[in-house]
Amino acid sequence: MSGGAALERSLRDGGTAIVPYLTGGYPSMTGFRDALEALSAGAIALEIGIPFSDPMADGATIQESSRVALEAGASLDSILTAVEKLAPLDADLVIMSYLNPLLAYGFERLVPRLAGAGVAALVVPDLPLEESTELGSVTREHEIGLVQLVSPVTSETRLAALGRASEGFTYAVTMTGTTGGSIGSGEDVTGYLDRVRAASRAPVLAGFGVRTAEQVRTLAPHCDGVIVGSALVEVLASGADPVSFVTGLRQ
Amino acid sequence: MPEILVPALSRLEDTARLLLDDPGFVNMYEEELTSWVGRPTALTHAPRLGEVWGGEIWLKREDLAHTGAHKINNAIGQALLAREMGAERVIAETGAGQHGVATAAACARLGLDCTVYMGSVDIERQAPNVERMRLLGARVEPVTSGDATLRAAINEALRDWVTRPETTYYLLGSAVGPHPYPWLVRELQSVIGREARAQMLERAGRLPDAAVACVGGGSNAIGLFHPLLDDPIDLIGVEAGGTSTELGHNAASIGLGAPGVLHGSFSLLLQDADGQIQETHSVSAGLDYPGVGPEHAWLAETGRARYESATDDEALAALDELGRCEGILPALESSHALVGTRRWLAANPGTTVLVGLSGRGDKDIDILRGLRR
Repeated sequence: MSGGAALERSLRDGGTAIVPYLTGGYPSMTGFRDALEALSAGAIALEIGIPFSDPMADGATIQESSRVALEAGASLDSILTAVEKLAPLDADLVIMSYLNPLLAYGFERLVPRLAGAGVAALVVPDLPLEESTELGSVTREHEIGLVQLVSPVTSETRLAALGRASEGFTYAVTMTGTTGGSIGSGEDVTGYLDRVRAASRAPVLAGFGVRTAEQVRTLAPHCDGVIVGSALVEVLASGADPVSFVTGLRQ
Repeated sequence: MPEILVPALSRLEDTARLLLDDPGFVNMYEEELTSWVGRPTALTHAPRLGEVWGGEIWLKREDLAHTGAHKINNAIGQALLAREMGAERVIAETGAGQHGVATAAACARLGLDCTVYMGSVDIERQAPNVERMRLLGARVEPVTSGDATLRAAINEALRDWVTRPETTYYLLGSAVGPHPYPWLVRELQSVIGREARAQMLERAGRLPDAAVACVGGGSNAIGLFHPLLDDPIDLIGVEAGGTSTELGHNAASIGLGAPGVLHGSFSLLLQDADGQIQETHSVSAGLDYPGVGPEHAWLAETGRARYESATDDEALAALDELGRCEGILPALESSHALVGTRRWLAANPGTTVLVGLSGRGDKDIDILRGLRR
């Protein structure tokens, strides 16, 4: 078993996963590689964001980390090269990228390379289910999970379709808004996650706006793990130790 | 498009399809176009300019529409939709400020709360329009992220929309963005081509040999072209050639771009080999967008329309000539269409050309004064 299916099994068996998100090439290519290696030890999965010039689903923190990475010359190709040098890592890798850099690289050329670099799943935040057939047929051929995102405004019918289709995990966006915003009140979020879990074939990871151990404790019983993005990028920006921040979230 | 916006987009499509076929709604829209926008806009014969350029020139005068450009046709139509859909607030993006002003005016007219996102670079170069939006009761939110022009303003409007997708109506101003916007904007702007076609037959007694319009996102061009698609008329779109053909020095997405996805549509984009969208340049803020409406990309591919570009200098020269010959000061955007007209007549002397004069140049006075120094 490999790729998306292996990731599903690890997430099911592993207790509440804390999945760190790193912007590829941020704060520098070396800094990114060091953080990736350090965070990989003991993690079930790690998510790497490919910086894009127009990150419309992202808040100020990831917009800025993307800008810095792009200005320093980071690209899908250079980020994958950095990842390949570290492979194999302990953690399964998830790549998050807006559609256009993937299109420019070419699906047929990209997906085999992802599989070779230990990427288990792919998240494309601006690719809705209806448009994902072409990419999905290539990722399936190489056993990489194509992740679907769901949100609190997703209808029940649509949630059922997305929950059936999602591979690797289902990405439950915890709120309406961009990454790094503030998460809604406890009951709203946990009730929503329970609905997502009931509809989802794959394990459920909650993301967007998770930054404290208290939030992790609240969400943990209602999902298979949380993705920590903007808060971790802020830690890297301040020069603090990302591993102790992530460890702190488990307390 | 992010999953969060899928329900809002499909609700918009369902409602728009229903209402654009509903006689009551269409009457209401047409009444606003007549009594508030001032339609039909004039078709002006330009004999002095025609003598200089060597042909018959007819100008479709969208510069005479309320708020000074074609943008109002779309803004009032979508604002009526927003009101019917029970939206609590309307958001919009703007480049030159023309769509922002049109949206601010339409929202004031219908009693809707209005916020306009505008790049800080554009706020600087289109200051009079910022003041107009504020006077019409809109909030203008400066956008400093990205290139701080139209594309950054669209990103920021989308970020606002994903935050409050259920209560907010996003009033997109060009024939770009996710479905149904390119379709919806085309439907609302097609009044330009329908009127112009009828006016040509009535006034000139014939259809033109060519129709020319400027293309940024392409809303005025698709509005002019769409009703003429089945006629034997050459359709010519003119993009912003900026200062050169180098990436970053122009906004000629069809001429110099490659296929890709931005803001929810698959079209031609100015991008690098890694799929990163590039900054654009044009003297006209309204054409400063790194993509183009998907329908234009399709018309270019099928060859039904032809696209070329005009440089900043060529556009400025054409603006000057129209002003001096006909007493009409066009917008910098529309001046690009005049360059296409001059070229067409140089190649086809004595023929008849219909020009989409999409807006008036009052907003560009500061830029023009600066350039003359």
